[in-house]
Amino acid sequence: MATTRSRSAKSAENGVAKGAETLPYDRDTLIGFSRTMTTIRLFEEAAQKAFRQGKIGGYLHLYIGQEALALGFLHEYRPGDKIITAYRDHAHALILGATPREVMAELYGKGTGLVKGKGGSMHLFDVKNGFWGGYGIVGGHIPLGVGFAYAQAYQKSGAMTQLYFGDGSIHNGAFHEAANLAGLWGREGMNPCLFVLENNKYGMGTSVQRATAMTDLSEKFDSYAIEHEDVDANDLFAVLECAQRVTKKIRETGTPYGIEAQTYRVTAHGAADFLERYRGKEEVAEARKHDPINRYEHRLLEMGVATEADLEAIRAEAKAVADDAVKFAEESPEPDLSELYTDVLAD
Amino acid sequence: MPVMTYREALRSAMAEEMERDESVVLLGEDIGVYGGTHLVTDGLIDKFGDKRVIDTPIAEGGFTGAALGMAMTGMRPIVEMMTWNFSFQAVDQIIQNAAKVRYFSGGQVTVPLVIRGPNGGGVQLSAQHTHSLEGFYGHFPGIKVVSPVTPHDAKGMMLTAIRDNNPIIFMEAGALYGAKGEVPEGDYTVPFGKARIAREGTDVTLISYGRQVPLLEKVAETLEGEGVSAEVIDLRSIRPFDTETIVNSVRKTHRAVVVQEQWRWFSVASEVAAVIQEQAFDDLDAPVERVSGAEVPAPYARNLELAAFPSVDQIAAAARRVLYREN
Ligand SMILES: Cc1ncc(C[n+]2csc(CCOP(=O)(O)OP(=O)(O)O)c2C)c(N)n1
Ligand SMILES: [Mg+2]
Repeated sequence: MATTRSRSAKSAENGVAKGAETLPYDRDTLIGFSRTMTTIRLFEEAAQKAFRQGKIGGYLHLYIGQEALALGFLHEYRPGDKIITAYRDHAHALILGATPREVMAELYGKGTGLVKGKGGSMHLFDVKNGFWGGYGIVGGHIPLGVGFAYAQAYQKSGAMTQLYFGDGSIHNGAFHEAANLAGLWGREGMNPCLFVLENNKYGMGTSVQRATAMTDLSEKFDSYAIEHEDVDANDLFAVLECAQRVTKKIRETGTPYGIEAQTYRVTAHGAADFLERYRGKEEVAEARKHDPINRYEHRLLEMGVATEADLEAIRAEAKAVADDAVKFAEESPEPDLSELYTDVLAD
Repeated sequence: MPVMTYREALRSAMAEEMERDESVVLLGEDIGVYGGTHLVTDGLIDKFGDKRVIDTPIAEGGFTGAALGMAMTGMRPIVEMMTWNFSFQAVDQIIQNAAKVRYFSGGQVTVPLVIRGPNGGGVQLSAQHTHSLEGFYGHFPGIKVVSPVTPHDAKGMMLTAIRDNNPIIFMEAGALYGAKGEVPEGDYTVPFGKARIAREGTDVTLISYGRQVPLLEKVAETLEGEGVSAEVIDLRSIRPFDTETIVNSVRKTHRAVVVQEQWRWFSVASEVAAVIQEQAFDDLDAPVERVSGAEVPAPYARNLELAAFPSVDQIAAAARRVLYREN
């Protein structure tokens, strides 16, 4: 079957004009995007600090530098949709509507946390807002997303699933088994699933080049007859355009679609990791120049949608939100000890 | 005797055996360029090159199966599970192939395969990243399961593991990689199936393995303050299992407490308790106590996690119960 490989980075330049007047978003929405990304950034920086102070335990995987990716696709979230990802999950939860307070409290392992202190950073869940987790085993969650999509089609809900997974996980058997099912079931319109491959170029210390001989990762979707394309995921406008187009198609056809979202992990794999022998400082410095928030802010300034003062105000506001979340988490009580034995089995 | 960390002891066993035996290779995620997530293999790629220290993609089923293929055909691979939690993705290869191929081939093949990595919880990694799988793997005939806790045993048992002609599940005390201890110079081995008496005593036998052993030593000190002399046994080896050391100790003390981080049902402690009642029933002055992890997936919050695993207080209370000093 023919697969389209429109590079959305390019199509963004052609299709989405530079001037604000041709964008399908009003000023409030555009400012809102900036606010969301900045809030996530400052929230995570605060979490990183708390982790270093020993106030957050376990693992902490940050989404710093990848914010536009989740925001662009989740902008197409509609009630009834289901979102699932791995452990790098703070941004997804926050964008979908979990409050910074309850997410931070979860990272602190407090009873007021999003999952009552039971899961921590890797296992955020917020089902009422369409967020179905938060999983820690690489590849393990991928088949679940395909199952969600089948159920959505079967139940004629008109809803779809967004399934996020990393470049490291695409080499796991779970991806291949699940993608094959999605392609197969999609032929009958039974798999409205958006596969979002978050290619941040590394799985821990292993670059894409060192993990596979076929480094054009999205071509792996071809094996399962899943249409796909790439997008420059550090360009919010490119992601928004792509997301709008492909989610419309998925909803209409019930077939899966693959996205290779190009980004870069500027932070260490986890907040506890300090050795970075596997890549050069120059490489990271270069990648930081393409920071999605900076790029987006530049566009806003260019288009005359926002002034420096507006952006400063957004940062101040985001800082206050992050500070408030930390304060809330610090002051919250630990989970009650009786919680140890709840939620093991359903009645 | 030189002092080294648990981590260094493991590394030196692997490095020395790689010098001696060209058929030994390492496979695993980020064990080479990255240096190993827990730095156990740090520096080995520089010494032995990338054909012998093989960085793999995140595909536990694939690379464990491939290592098994190498093992069946003249090599001696050592697979690193970044943590044992990820071995569930490789269980099909470990149980369905590694543990059985010798048997169902009528003895035509041997499987000199070591699978090693950290095991156990205690650092708030929550449900999917916290398991103690000794009982799980110990269930299956056709593999050996060991769990050393001192640097001395880590090195000596690793050398035994690499030279063994069977699949070895080598469970390291992840929380103790930095712990130091004396390690003899040169080549020495510690046999499988021999428990270690970590502390001698006469009134009660405390039995465990892995990172619980230092906990038992603390309990023994607490009890000493109460005039109770506790013997501490470190099983070291889960399968094969050293019945003799346990039974001899219980014959002397008449009381036993078995401690484990894993869940109680169908566990190592269940087996130890069963062996004691089978072979030392008449010597027992009290029912054997088991202290285990709470019967729940591991929680994240620190207070819940602490409540989920055996503590000094809990173990000491169990010891007092078998001594009829506490209800
Ligand atoms: C089955 C399994 N093996 C190993 C790990 C350890 N691990 C956690 S994250 C990770 C890297 C995953 O990389 P990628 O899929 O690219 O996601 P990213 O962290 O870059 O977002 C590894 C190896 C794991 N969690 N599960
Ligand atoms: Mg990655």
